[in-house]
Amino acid sequence: MSEGKHTGDDVLVSIENLNFNFNIQRGIVKAVRDLSVTIKKGETLTLVGESGCGKSVTAHAINQLNPMPPGVVESGKIYFRDKDLLTLPKSQIEALRGTQISMIFQEPMTALNPVFTIGSQIADVYRTHQRISKKEALAKAVELLDLVKIPSPDERIHNYPHQLSGGMRQRAMIAMALASPEPGLMIADEPTTALDVTIQAQILDLLNDLKKTVGMSILLITHDMGVVSEMADRVVVMYAGRKVEEADVFSLFEEPKHPYTLGLLNSLPSNPKYRGAKRLEAIDGTVPDLLTIGEGCPFANRCGFVKDKCLKEFPEETKISDDHFVWCHHLQQQEGRV
Amino acid sequence: MLKHIFKRLLLLIPTLFGVITLVFFMIALAPGDPARVMLGERANAQQLEQLREELGLDKPLIQQYGLYLSRIVRLDLGKSITSGQQIKDEISERFPATIELAIWAMIFASTIGIIVGVTSARKRNSWIDYTAMGGSLVGVSMPVFWLGLVLIMIFSVWLDLLPTGGRMNVRYYFQPITNFYILDGIILWIREGNSQYLVSAFQHLILPTIALGTIPLAIIARTTRSSMLEVLQQDYIKTARSAGIKERRVVFRYALKNALLPVITIIGLQFGLLLSGAILTETVFSWPGIGKWIYVAIGARDYPAVQGGIIFISVFFVLINLVVDILYSVINPKIRMQ
Amino acid sequence: MEQELLEIKEPTPLQETWYNLKKNKGAMTGLVIIVLFVLMAIFAPLLAPHDPVEQVIELRKTPPFTGGYILGTDDLGRDMLSRLIYGARISMSIGVVSVGISLVLGLIIGVVSAYFGGILDKIIMRIIDIMLAFPYILLTIVIVAILGPSLVNAMVAIGISQVPRYARLVRASVLAEKENDYVLAERALGAGNMELMFKTILPNCLSATIVQSTLGVGEAILSSAGLSFLGLGAQPPTPEWGLMIASSKEFITNAWWIVTLPGIAILLAVLGFNLLGDGLRDILDPKMRS
Repeated sequence: MSEGKHTGDDVLVSIENLNFNFNIQRGIVKAVRDLSVTIKKGETLTLVGESGCGKSVTAHAINQLNPMPPGVVESGKIYFRDKDLLTLPKSQIEALRGTQISMIFQEPMTALNPVFTIGSQIADVYRTHQRISKKEALAKAVELLDLVKIPSPDERIHNYPHQLSGGMRQRAMIAMALASPEPGLMIADEPTTALDVTIQAQILDLLNDLKKTVGMSILLITHDMGVVSEMADRVVVMYAGRKVEEADVFSLFEEPKHPYTLGLLNSLPSNPKYRGAKRLEAIDGTVPDLLTIGEGCPFANRCGFVKDKCLKEFPEETKISDDHFVWCHHLQQQEGRV
Repeated sequence: MLKHIFKRLLLLIPTLFGVITLVFFMIALAPGDPARVMLGERANAQQLEQLREELGLDKPLIQQYGLYLSRIVRLDLGKSITSGQQIKDEISERFPATIELAIWAMIFASTIGIIVGVTSARKRNSWIDYTAMGGSLVGVSMPVFWLGLVLIMIFSVWLDLLPTGGRMNVRYYFQPITNFYILDGIILWIREGNSQYLVSAFQHLILPTIALGTIPLAIIARTTRSSMLEVLQQDYIKTARSAGIKERRVVFRYALKNALLPVITIIGLQFGLLLSGAILTETVFSWPGIGKWIYVAIGARDYPAVQGGIIFISVFFVLINLVVDILYSVINPKIRMQ
Repeated sequence: MEQELLEIKEPTPLQETWYNLKKNKGAMTGLVIIVLFVLMAIFAPLLAPHDPVEQVIELRKTPPFTGGYILGTDDLGRDMLSRLIYGARISMSIGVVSVGISLVLGLIIGVVSAYFGGILDKIIMRIIDIMLAFPYILLTIVIVAILGPSLVNAMVAIGISQVPRYARLVRASVLAEKENDYVLAERALGAGNMELMFKTILPNCLSATIVQSTLGVGEAILSSAGLSFLGLGAQPPTPEWGLMIASSKEFITNAWWIVTLPGIAILLAVLGFNLLGDGLRDILDPKMRS
């Protein structure tokens, strides 16, 4: 284990300088650029950003669910429990999926297989990783459904996905992700976006509970700052494939630094801090095309503080505090003056 | 479920009624005097009169129609002009031959078609995919009867491996039991310990099966491929992968069962079409089935036989579609539950 | 900047289709095959080295590449190549005429049915359902059996038996278009029923019909070959490909080219239409467009 730096006792996942491209007919889509993120054991890290900012690609790079081709890891490393994931053979990745790295998806409507019962889908995950009989696996499935608080689980295992409500389905999805014998990382890709607000809160509570009882880390992907405030320990803000700000959740909400983060928070209606604002502010302009994006700060074309430098090069890291970093030319100057 | 079947059965009645009506009037309103056409130019007035009376042609059209309907309800299709036998008997004597061929052709087409389609989808845009899809396009562009003749030319004439036509080696003293020769062959093998009938029946089936099955094979392969490609992009496939299910199992269990739903509809439709495609194949291979019988009846202008044969095949076609519809709802849990 | 934008003209749908078609290798191959067959059909008298029905009894069953017969002669000493070239004429016209019949009738029935709706629509759709309850080949055979075997009757039969498909297709797309804003706008401006149906709605549901017709030509060529093979289509000595196969059945033991070559001609022609039809579907089907 030579990679001493990433194997601190408390680090579970470490992504280092990841560049992920999609080579499509029209050119190269630079989906993730120079991204470094660590996830500690037992923490919830959220990746925040609007759709297409590379947050899902990053998550899928960990359990290698990005379609390859057209996806290509241009450079970078991903360590999980000291293992260099990108060099592991496919069979070992498959063995990690569902045991140490599990995943829940955005659309509970489409994420469960419509032609198999909930029970058989969960049982199948068990039987993939453990040598147990069908009956035992089904019994475990019942236990899991109970754990995710689905009422009368022994009946529900015989249901097909379309017979469950959206919230129930998401619980079943979570149960499936928990069928792993040794929970390590759960990747939750917009787990509540498709749900009603009340059910959203229930699912988030459930995830928080499970995190404690099972002792897992959560990589939560969302565009919803409300979800971030409820779930996150640490937050990484992404924009057009780049990390633009990283902070613990308190610092981020108390002292957002990057103009984009500010924009995100300004468009959040419920945050009391911004209640004074007259109206919700949308950020002007559009996300740059990842096919033609240059080397400058990707937010430059929408930023109120844009300077010549912003268009030419991506800024260096600026340390605000031990838990708060930002990548912005404007702030570099500001902080420099202080 | 039962209600669904019952409803479909009820809906069948007007369709069947329509089919019978259409066939009756198409033949009845055909230009020219059927009796004259049947007997030829040299028939005298008395013969004509006799035949007209026999066929009920001397009565007003509406009355003829009423009579025809009342006979059909009693499952009486009338007598063949050429053989003087009950058409019902002629059909039931030949139908097993047609069905046997159609079933084998369909088994051949479905198994190979599904395997080719799945492989093509998995290796999308590889040379395997291009070859398979190019091949299936050639398959649907080929005249069936020509393929039959070419097969005979290669395998019977040049290589002398397989018989050119018929269902059984004529030198054998063979008494059909069920009229399904493969089945008869097995029964005789068990009963008499002589496998020659089974072997011969099998040999006679090979070429007609390939000829008749090629078009459905091509269509099934294309449908399976596109359906599989669509399914493989679904979220639930990602879910299964993220849970560590092995790739083979993901494809052959999780994806295939979903992908087969539209394929089943196509298989059913093709099975119905095979019965009419049989008219060409049976003619080429001297296969003593319903297709060849109708062909001969058309040549002999045996209108009652043509009428009866076509009504029979159409009714069978409609029934097959019903069975497929029911089968589809059995496999698809979404419909089954309604 | 603005100047530049103004100069980029929006391509017409036809231009756009053509542009996409050029990129589709399969469709272009199909188009080339079709063009070759059409040219062959048009210039048959110039291209054919011999008279397609002239019999040279002493040169019967000459194998290909012998005695000046590139593709040999048939059982009656007629030049295969010339017969195949003239056969293109017959097959292409069968394809076009029968698809023309189904297209015209299908369009009228479909548009009328969808546009007026109500009882009329119900009756028409019921009849179409019944016609679709027949296997298609069987329907053609019945119609020819009634009309009497001939090439023209085969075309009519193939054309009629395909009407339900087109009618249904057109009806579905008209129903989808009918409620669109532009139709309501035209109606508000006082356009009459006829004008609305055929000038406004129809052009907007053509793409599905175009795909179906392209594939339909190939299918018609196959069906007519089948009918001729059964003796219900073209009659001797017409150089129709299906009939050529039928009359060569007995010679598969000693003259492979007589049975093989017409089949290959059919295969290529139908393949051409299928390739083009598939390509057009990929291009025109909005579901496939992304």
